[in-house]
Amino acid sequence: MALAKRIIPCLDVENGRVVKGVKFLDIRDAGDPVEVAKRYDEQGADEITFLDITASHEGRDTMVHTVERMASQVFIPLTVGGGIRTCDDIRKMLNAGADKVSINTAAVFNPEFVREAAQRFGSQCIVVAIDAKKVSQPGEPDKWEIFTHGGRKPTGLDAVEWAKKMVEYGAGEILLTSMDQDGVKNGYDLGVTRAVSEAVHVPVIASGGVGNLDHLVDGCIEGKADAVLAASIFHFNEYTIPQAKQYMREHGIEVRL
Amino acid sequence: MSSIAVIDYGMGNLHSVAKALEHVQPGIEVRVTADPEQVRSADRVLLPGVGAIRDCMAEIRRLGVDKEVREAIASGKPFLGICVGYQALMQFSEENDGVDCLGEFEGRVNFFGDELKDAAGERLKVPHMGWNEVQQTLDHPLWAGIDNGSRFYFVHSYYVKLANRSQVAATCEYGVEFDVALAYNNVFATQFHPEKSQKAGLQLLQNFLNWDGRR
Repeated sequence: MALAKRIIPCLDVENGRVVKGVKFLDIRDAGDPVEVAKRYDEQGADEITFLDITASHEGRDTMVHTVERMASQVFIPLTVGGGIRTCDDIRKMLNAGADKVSINTAAVFNPEFVREAAQRFGSQCIVVAIDAKKVSQPGEPDKWEIFTHGGRKPTGLDAVEWAKKMVEYGAGEILLTSMDQDGVKNGYDLGVTRAVSEAVHVPVIASGGVGNLDHLVDGCIEGKADAVLAASIFHFNEYTIPQAKQYMREHGIEVRL
Repeated sequence: MSSIAVIDYGMGNLHSVAKALEHVQPGIEVRVTADPEQVRSADRVLLPGVGAIRDCMAEIRRLGVDKEVREAIASGKPFLGICVGYQALMQFSEENDGVDCLGEFEGRVNFFGDELKDAAGERLKVPHMGWNEVQQTLDHPLWAGIDNGSRFYFVHSYYVKLANRSQVAATCEYGVEFDVALAYNNVFATQFHPEKSQKAGLQLLQNFLNWDGRR
């Protein structure tokens, strides 16, 4: 009897549609976000994450409506990320029905924003998203650095130290994406996942690179993640959520069935 | 049609709980309000809450919600507390260097601690976030149709221990064993979020809306 490891399907949403690309390029349409979320809810997903990758203001308003529609039909926790820069952005998403918001680039440019948000809305709804890339060479001690702008801009910040700092500032959860792995389906970067998970006392969600069910198992056991996030394996029906959970259970991982 | 007042004291997202209530009983009048008259005239009362207890208690007192809660509990109408809305019913919380709560029930709200470990000695993360098994400790109309041991969604760093063990309706284990549901007369309260706990949670909300406040 223990807390279950969570399986979180992630929906990248652009202008009100679910999309999925490989390494942030080559985007494919994967449907209406509310329909997709409902399907995952019925299958037994433990949470849903929406990442808004829309650049325009109109797109942002669409996202608020999407969250509203979703919140009246799906009764599991919902995290919304992408373009969250001010407390007003957070308030809007929470009022629309989000349970948590994920802050990424804004945290890098203004860490105090995380502190302010956590004080105002509570740590339980502040997720800090970290996009990390391995920067050490083979033979050197492992080192991962934070990148912004979809993995294009290095920041010079060490991923593990940054995660610790964000938790001190009030992050209630860390969403850790490996930029090397994202979309390439070779599995999570287990090294950075484990390093961050062991360094902080809040839950860590592993993200980026899932191509099969063993990757989910590895993320929980070797990566010590508290939750595993995946997108394309679920969107394109390679695997269902119940298949994933059954497989994890067979490998000794506590899941909600 | 029956009505339910979801007490709004400015803390957190009441949209989810209101939507979940409308989902399980279409046509129900859900009043998200702090207006004493609206609360008083509702058939049922729900006290939600997320965030830090000090801010919650400050707003509860500033808006006179403490009086509304006391009256609702005394009136005998079905009353449901959720998460911080459960913790607030206790006497005292350790959070924010110690905060006096409403004192409707004898109990304390304690911190999980930084050194929390499971039976095998593995470190446990705080907050306790996710789906955990809820062990029902008494028969109650709100458990109707919900298997004992069903998982519910939690997110909290502080837990309730009730002084009067006959009021414990369910327990859960996360490094320590703690009380995740309270039942006493017309009052039921949960640490977990039924509005976010899919089928089991929606069943509990449905049971609450069908409940007459008696055991």
